[in-house]
Amino acid sequence: MTLAAKKILVLYAHPSQERSEINTPLFKATQLQPNVTAVDLYGEYPTFRINIDKEQQRLRDHDIVVFMFPLYWYSTPAILKEWQDLVLEYNFAYGTKGKTLCGKTFLCALSAGGSESAYQHDGYNHFTLRELLRPLEQMANLTGMSFLAPFALFCARSASEENRVDTHVQKWVRTLRALSEDRLDIELAQSLEKLNGHLDQLIQDH
Amino acid sequence: MTAYFIQAFIYLCAAVIAVPIAKRLGLGSVLGYLMAGVVIGPIIGLVGAETNTLQHFAEFGVVMMLFLVGLELEPRMLWDMRNKLIGLGGLQVGLSTLVVMGIALSFDYGWTIALTVGMIFSLSSTAIVLQTFNEKNLTKTEGGKNAFSVLLFQDIAVIPMLAFIPLLALPELVEKAQSVASSAAEHHEELSLVAGLPGWAYGIVVLMAIASVVVGGHYLSRPLFRYVASSGLREIFTATALMLVIGIAALMSLVGLSPALGTFLAGVVLANSEFRHELESNIEPFKGLLLGLFFITVGAGINFDVLISNIGPVMAMTAGIILIKALVLLALAFIFKIRGSDRWLFALSLAQAGEFGFVLLSYTVQNHVISTELAQLLSLVVAISMFLTPGLFILFDKVILPRYEKTENTREPDDIDEKGTVIIAGVGRFGQIVNRLLVTNGVKTVVLDHEVQQIENLRKINTKSYYGDATQPDLLHTAGIEQAKMLVVAIDNPERAVALVEYIKHTHPHVIVMARAFDRRHLYRLRNAGADFMVSETFHSALNLGKHALIRLGVHPFKAEQQRATFYETETTHKDTLYEAWKQFTEDDKYLVHYRDMFIQLEETLSAAMKDERYRSYSKAERSWTPPPKENHTEFSKAESD
Repeated sequence: MTLAAKKILVLYAHPSQERSEINTPLFKATQLQPNVTAVDLYGEYPTFRINIDKEQQRLRDHDIVVFMFPLYWYSTPAILKEWQDLVLEYNFAYGTKGKTLCGKTFLCALSAGGSESAYQHDGYNHFTLRELLRPLEQMANLTGMSFLAPFALFCARSASEENRVDTHVQKWVRTLRALSEDRLDIELAQSLEKLNGHLDQLIQDH
Repeated sequence: MTAYFIQAFIYLCAAVIAVPIAKRLGLGSVLGYLMAGVVIGPIIGLVGAETNTLQHFAEFGVVMMLFLVGLELEPRMLWDMRNKLIGLGGLQVGLSTLVVMGIALSFDYGWTIALTVGMIFSLSSTAIVLQTFNEKNLTKTEGGKNAFSVLLFQDIAVIPMLAFIPLLALPELVEKAQSVASSAAEHHEELSLVAGLPGWAYGIVVLMAIASVVVGGHYLSRPLFRYVASSGLREIFTATALMLVIGIAALMSLVGLSPALGTFLAGVVLANSEFRHELESNIEPFKGLLLGLFFITVGAGINFDVLISNIGPVMAMTAGIILIKALVLLALAFIFKIRGSDRWLFALSLAQAGEFGFVLLSYTVQNHVISTELAQLLSLVVAISMFLTPGLFILFDKVILPRYEKTENTREPDDIDEKGTVIIAGVGRFGQIVNRLLVTNGVKTVVLDHEVQQIENLRKINTKSYYGDATQPDLLHTAGIEQAKMLVVAIDNPERAVALVEYIKHTHPHVIVMARAFDRRHLYRLRNAGADFMVSETFHSALNLGKHALIRLGVHPFKAEQQRATFYETETTHKDTLYEAWKQFTEDDKYLVHYRDMFIQLEETLSAAMKDERYRSYSKAERSWTPPPKENHTEFSKAESD
């Protein structure tokens, strides 16, 4: 337990933050956590001119990488895709000499408008959330990172009215702490459909 | 002539010494002027007989103040406050008059005298209260706004009072006066347009005078100011402003109305005018000095002999008046639901008697309503109650406000979403675009320009803008630089732009300054002056044209955009180095190196940096969205392929 804390890099992508009800409070709570670097990608690169060197250095400096975003058309907002296209270069993230990300951990913290039952094979979205995130899972595989199940909030449009935001934020903070202190069962986390809802089994308390 | 110089010097000297001391002690400038008056008048005896004449002259400061107050009040706002004006103001004047009258009756004065005394003491001091509100930034508070509507009602109420007082004349005093000097009566006749007119004709003349102020102010003032402003002579604009105020005051006196009311009306009419801020900044210094003079004469006019022989009654009456007025005001504040510290501000600020009390007193003596001896006593009460007003404000600041601050701070802040005002200096090609972007995003802007034509064009397309030289501190003050969050400097003159940035950063460091630069050298000078953000006016448009040139030459639009951005980023990464180099040059060889030589050297530094960067920046542009090498294509299943 006295091992050095793991460092977490949270890459946050939300193009209309003034309308955000879930992601903004989630990001604000994230910024306050120790051992977490929280980056507002749209804030730092409003014209999409991503600084490749700076972003690669950030990846080198952290052990856990998080994409935090609202689900747009079953995928990330555009800037996260741009980030992947520019930063995950050949011989940096993949290729014979590209081992930088090997051994790190990757996960998504996202919100989705549809209900959990819609993201089922018999629901109107036809695929589960985890299935829809396969391109990211494969990105993690190719770069040698462990892909954890997503930390997801469904029915996000009504969460604020139903007072679900605070508990969601608290659970996220608990997850971040456990990740940083290495108290989260990585193997179990890899096998689940989503992280939240199973935090008691996943996290070893002190 | 010599005597005038000496007197003027004494008055100014007293003000110069006393006011800063009073201000530093937290007493406010009004008390400073009053004390200066007391010192040079009754205590040292340097001035004496002329104070009465001077006071009439200084009352013109009150007239100017009401003109400025009117300028701040758009007709719409005045209409919106009609309920408070009549309800709150009417009740205050009515109730205070009745209570004071009742007490006077109980002392066996006749009802006419009692009523007159009641009216005199129902009025408060517009001059002291508004000046203090301004100094203490209380004008916009709930208590301040309510106090203002009461003061406004009082100023209006003076007119019917002046009409009413002659009807209360005491027969025995009239007889006495007639036997003493029957011929002197003609001497009192003032120049008047309405003397001897029957009631209906008088009414028509008064209405015509008011109509001419409103209509003239609305339709004639603009062409006049435009004509004067286009001459570009600042002092002629000042002369025009003074002419306007004095002319209206003269017209109102001629028809027997209060000059203060007339100029107030003119101010309201001009409140929407583009010349509003320039007018304010021109009249303001005159108003300040005349009001100061007015307060000095109040101090100097205190008759110590009468005061000492009647110290008991005068003090008791003063305390009684302040107490009665404060209680009436508190009750009204309760009825009109003015809450918290504002209730106390409202009650304490208006508890004194006012300068119109002096006016009414001299008028009642002229009209034989009360005796000279009583008038002298009463004017002491008015003066001392005015003298005590700063004390009441101190009581409010030190005792009452701290009590409420704790409870009020815990309340939810309610106007947090109000964005600070942005002042845009210069609204030509550049400032105009900045203004449009800010306004469409709901930011409140105040736009200033010294080109009348420019302002006119903007007003045609419904952009609120004001005529005036933005580098004048007075104009910036009236435009609200103290409360502003940001200043955009987009004026045409590079030298004055730098001076303006320097001045603002020196006097109002809280204001964020965004500046337009003409070229690199100007940009560095603006930065050196303390601007928070600068941009060269041609830089981005030139880069944009360059990008489109690349596109027309066959470069793919997306690629051309990346090249433009890379160029811009290279420049940006070197901006600090170049600025430091510029500073070094100007500090070392301020007078030796010719500016052109210096900039040739600077350009060399930059191009060396660009060459150095070339490999890296091109490789960076090459690097983005690069596919993996062809030979590895099958080995790695990266999503993209070329």
